[in-house]
Amino acid sequence: MKDTVISVHELTKRFGRFTAVDRISFEVKRGEIFGFLGANGAGKTTAMRMLCGLSYPTSGRGTVAGFDIRSEGERIKRHIGYMSQRFSLYNELTVFENMNFFAGIYGLSRQETARRAGELLERLDFASERNTLVGALPLGWKQKLSFVIASIHRPEVVFLDEPTGGVDPLTRRQFWEMIYEEADKGTTIFVTTHYMDEAEYCSRVSIMVDGRIKALDTPEELKKGFKAGSMDEVFGMLARQARRGE
Amino acid sequence: MKAVEVNDVSKRFGKVEALRSVSFEVERGELFGLIGPDGAGKTTLFRILATLLEADGGTALVDGMDVCRDYTSIRSRVGYMPGRFSLYQDLTVEENLAFFAALFGVDARDSYSLVAPVYRHIEPFAKRRAGRLSGGMKQKLALSCALIHRPSVLFLDEPTTGVDALSRGEFWDMLTDLKNSGISILVSTPYMDEASRCDRIALCNDGGILGTDSPVRILQRFDSPLYAARADDMFALLGAARKVRGVERCYPFGQSHHIVAGRDFSAEEFTRELSWLEGLCLEPVKPAIEDVFIKLMQK
Repeated sequence: MKDTVISVHELTKRFGRFTAVDRISFEVKRGEIFGFLGANGAGKTTAMRMLCGLSYPTSGRGTVAGFDIRSEGERIKRHIGYMSQRFSLYNELTVFENMNFFAGIYGLSRQETARRAGELLERLDFASERNTLVGALPLGWKQKLSFVIASIHRPEVVFLDEPTGGVDPLTRRQFWEMIYEEADKGTTIFVTTHYMDEAEYCSRVSIMVDGRIKALDTPEELKKGFKAGSMDEVFGMLARQARRGE
Repeated sequence: MKAVEVNDVSKRFGKVEALRSVSFEVERGELFGLIGPDGAGKTTLFRILATLLEADGGTALVDGMDVCRDYTSIRSRVGYMPGRFSLYQDLTVEENLAFFAALFGVDARDSYSLVAPVYRHIEPFAKRRAGRLSGGMKQKLALSCALIHRPSVLFLDEPTTGVDALSRGEFWDMLTDLKNSGISILVSTPYMDEASRCDRIALCNDGGILGTDSPVRILQRFDSPLYAARADDMFALLGAARKVRGVERCYPFGQSHHIVAGRDFSAEEFTRELSWLEGLCLEPVKPAIEDVFIKLMQK
């Protein structure tokens, strides 16, 4: 049996009288590409913040990479990678300096950093851009660079928050091929997206509505279950059930 | 008179060529889409048309008026919704609306019928501060404010970016209603599936325009045979398909991979060579906007 990398049970987050995340439970196995979908305001970001150890749950429990999300948030942060929808590398540093900086934050030794940076540059076919300022790179390259830097410390899980927003169709596909490769090597991928064709690329997809997980299965089974032709239709059917405003 | 005429407009920021002699026209009453990724130059173009930025070269007319010479008259005739939320976060919904009405010297009540189809959705929150609205509601308030002075041309810079698929569809329904009320609309989006909602589109990439036409006719520009392939192991299929003779290009496309067939491609040969892949199937398929975009990007 495959290892479980993320496991949450009845996870809940309330802000005052508002229940942003309402008793969600699910497991993610090693090497899965787990698509975390939901309309704006469904509670995705709040749930993801709890999984990353950035927000303390009101109730419920869970583990990420083997650490308790209630008591070991700091250790979770060291064992996950995170790529936000906003570009978060340093434009004024070169490609290598950015790698070196993030490797330092995660406590990689000098030798390890040099080795990892070499590997990542090769993987991106970026060796010639080692000393280029990140600010001078085209957007698509920056996104790919953000992704490999999010995994520089070989985290067990990488969280990707709308990683392909605004990226051209060709780069968007190259980006997904990198995700496939990374998952193939055993990294677990937890990804949010508004592109419904990308939902089709996931091993399993969960769809949140009003703070609850309303559906969770492989894209194939979800389409069968909802008698829908595409994930776009499945999403539409569920998102239309939302009662609370955004 | 066209709603917008752009002729050979160029703009450079230091070493970056944001716009490279861009030309296109928006007809009166048309819903025209600028479709393209970040960095295509869409925002720069909007800023030039909204008279907030001067082009380095070329000419641009809005409602027949020159964006440099007649900028004051243009400003009262266009509604501009920038990509970043730019209303006053500490004013309430209705205060923002009243503020923009006052700015343009109109009475908000006179424009109510025009604004209502959009404003209706946020009216229950009229007393709420704009900063406390959700993303979708902010977007509707911004559109209401851009409409308050009854503009003849509307500029919307990525109004649906970061918005979920269902709300995006609803937003486009509102745009279609506005268009039907006679407003000319120039709207940009990075979501290629939204192209079909426009009368005409320009595919934008890297400071230039790859092609301008109706969505249907843009699709006809895809002149190679296209197939959709599936197998149980989609990742293995991707790598294997690229090695088959005659496969010009193979890339993931939702539930299947799209295969752009070259001259020596044969469907029989393809299925025979990859018969070791469980669940393999191949069928001809019609191109989508993204297929065209990828193809034009390569040229």
